Amino acid sequence: MMNRRSVLKAVFTGGLVAGLGVLMPRVALAAWSKAAFEAETQEAAMGALYEADPSASAEVTLKAPDIAENGAVVPISVKSSLAGVTSIAIFVANNPQPLAAQFTIPEGTLADVSCRIRMGKTSAVTAVVTTGSGSFSASKEVKVTIGGCGG
Amino acid sequence: MAKGILRAKAKAKGGNTVVKIMAKHAMETGNRKDKSGNKIAANYIQTLSVAYQGKTVMETNMGTAISKNPYLAFTFVGGAKGDELEMTWTEITGATATETAKIK
Repeated sequence: MMNRRSVLKAVFTGGLVAGLGVLMPRVALAAWSKAAFEAETQEAAMGALYEADPSASAEVTLKAPDIAENGAVVPISVKSSLAGVTSIAIFVANNPQPLAAQFTIPEGTLADVSCRIRMGKTSAVTAVVTTGSGSFSASKEVKVTIGGCGG
Repeated sequence: MAKGILRAKAKAKGGNTVVKIMAKHAMETGNRKDKSGNKIAANYIQTLSVAYQGKTVMETNMGTAISKNPYLAFTFVGGAKGDELEMTWTEITGATATETAKIK
């Protein structure tokens, strides 16, 4: 028999569990975040990954071409001189799904990764480096003459 | 045959190991359409993790904005010539495989 008290208790516990879920560090990586990878705006993708918006930092180096002739293959490399880097993510603002990749950097691996991305059109490319003390970003405008996202 | 899509070059140098991996994969995004206007189903590599002697040295989550035949380069501390790297990839379809490469 469910009386008023037990209903209240159930509601409260349920709320608590849901609350905990929100409070848990969302940057608990490793798992492929569907919300972040399928987000259609950069804000939404970042919001799914980071508690606060990353702040721009000179200690994050994003290497990308000024003009990418072929948007299907754009070489990108991200480096950081910050200590204790745990992850690096790459966003392309104007892509259908802006989050391109997310690298988890365990201890003993240098904060220096390279990969190749696709760009639909001219866009800002943003690299976000996460350390124990927050997230830092660097961004660069890459011009694309031929898009690479199908269509 | 889904196995054997990775090509890896790992080189031990000055106490570090430089790893370069290229995967042979179309990385279909799900945004593309075929001639009759139907969307081509997404099929791309979702995660790629590299382990050295049982310890993960790199874990990558990839989205649709990764180029086809994805390339990944990184460096980790340690690693010796002749040792093996274990690379595990998972596609969005659920297909997965583990491949190995020797450090040179």
